Amino acid sequence: MANSNNNDRRKFFATTLQSVGLTALGGLLWSGYADEVKASPLVLRPPGAIKESDFLTACIKCGLCAEACQNRDTNIDKITGEAKAGTLKMAKGGDHKLIGTPFFIPTEVPCYMCEDIPCVPVCPSGALDQASVSNEAGELDINLSRMGLAVVHKESCIAFWGIQCDACYRACPLLGEAITIEMSRNERTGKHTFMLPIVHDNACTGCGLCEIACVTEKPAIFILPNEVSKGKAGDHYVKGWDKEDEKRIENAVAEETITELSKKGSAEGYLNSGDLY
Amino acid sequence: MKNIKYLFLRRVTQVIILFLYFGANAYGWKMLAGTFGSSVLMGAIPLADPYTTLQVLATGFVLGADVLLGAAIIILFYMVVGGRAFCSWVCPINMVTDLANWLRRKLNLDKEEVNYRFIKRNARYWIMILGLIVSAVVGIAAFEVLSPITIMQRGIIFGFGAGISVILAIFLFDLFGVKNGWCGHLCPLGASYSLIGKTSLIRVEHDHEACTACMKCKVVCPENHVLHMINKESIMVTDGECTNCGRCIDVCDDDALNFSIRNFAKKS
Repeated sequence: MANSNNNDRRKFFATTLQSVGLTALGGLLWSGYADEVKASPLVLRPPGAIKESDFLTACIKCGLCAEACQNRDTNIDKITGEAKAGTLKMAKGGDHKLIGTPFFIPTEVPCYMCEDIPCVPVCPSGALDQASVSNEAGELDINLSRMGLAVVHKESCIAFWGIQCDACYRACPLLGEAITIEMSRNERTGKHTFMLPIVHDNACTGCGLCEIACVTEKPAIFILPNEVSKGKAGDHYVKGWDKEDEKRIENAVAEETITELSKKGSAEGYLNSGDLY
Repeated sequence: MKNIKYLFLRRVTQVIILFLYFGANAYGWKMLAGTFGSSVLMGAIPLADPYTTLQVLATGFVLGADVLLGAAIIILFYMVVGGRAFCSWVCPINMVTDLANWLRRKLNLDKEEVNYRFIKRNARYWIMILGLIVSAVVGIAAFEVLSPITIMQRGIIFGFGAGISVILAIFLFDLFGVKNGWCGHLCPLGASYSLIGKTSLIRVEHDHEACTACMKCKVVCPENHVLHMINKESIMVTDGECTNCGRCIDVCDDDALNFSIRNFAKKS
């Protein structure tokens, strides 16, 4: 009797150990896979999308935004009268984006920036944040959306060569705000003007209309996600000429450290004492 | 017609539901829009999959109220009609695995003992819990990145792409690998619905007096361990793993199996 109990116990421990081990193995493989597939930094999300890392968590992959985008009565081809493809696609196997999440590719179909933003209010999970595309009065305002930022590659932009082209400037829904034309003298010819497209981050929504309008073989202006396209100066740079920016250091506290040198006196004193010679 | 009644009804239900989802995208219908993860019924009532919701909550993201309410509605619904009624009456993968299972029987793959039973049926509960842990660790809904259910549903609504290979893989696994391998052993979504349906009202009832022990029901049942009472005693199938598919009722020539309402007052 005692012996069979012992065997049972051994078997129980062995199978438990096996189950736990296999579960751990599965967990490692699964985590590795899930972590890999979420790494797709060059993806453009619908208007109002929260930060990409949070978006991947929050999106429940229901497709209601893509359906709202596709089903608009106004979304028809003006010549044939047929329904056009919507901007938003749902990532499927082979798209190399987190499967089931909405995205768009400006060179295929850009975002036409509907004023009533049908894709955002339908989101049930909070992955698309309605507040981020609403103005102070609480009304939806597509101009507040930041799907990405247009970036100009000046070496392939023919306007930078001196050829007159303002296709992107004309295509921009925020004409004269998100893209402006900056004039400068063309020293090469001595009598022409460079008309250079300059993108402004405070107005550009990342809709992609400029990218699809660009006349070069591969667009010289293109939309990159904000995380990729934007730099960051860091907190320690303050615009001394900007009252708003200066406010950041109003309550700043100086941090003093004492070193062997500073013990002897102030840094200025050291420089002025003449000991340098 | 008699012996495919419920099979026929199930296929009709599955196809209608998927067609409504498809129409929501293609024609702008408002009957049933979205996907299983989260849907809108009649343009107003939110629905959400409980396990998907749990996964997102496990990542620490505070979901919108619509999803939470939708999950509650779905849980209540399946607590009445039988948790895994989702599996056999709604889920599109059911059609794939049923086909695999049918082919298995036709090709004698079961009788020739080429059934690799290296996975236990309770593996799905482990996978279900594991999915929540992985969600919490990695920070995305873990099962949703590979779920063949929503991959197939989105495939039908938005186009398959390379996702079709996942469906094919499930088919091959069920046909040549483990019998009822996906739905009966691995699927964590099915596991979650098993738990939801533990106390559900609609159940299959067995009549021991009428049974002639032909065992056709056990052959056709995708979860045949739930039919332990066959030719033994007249009780209901109370196991949550029963999918309420009704195939056992279809194939029974003796009227020994029927749908019934569970009576909690009477000890069953």
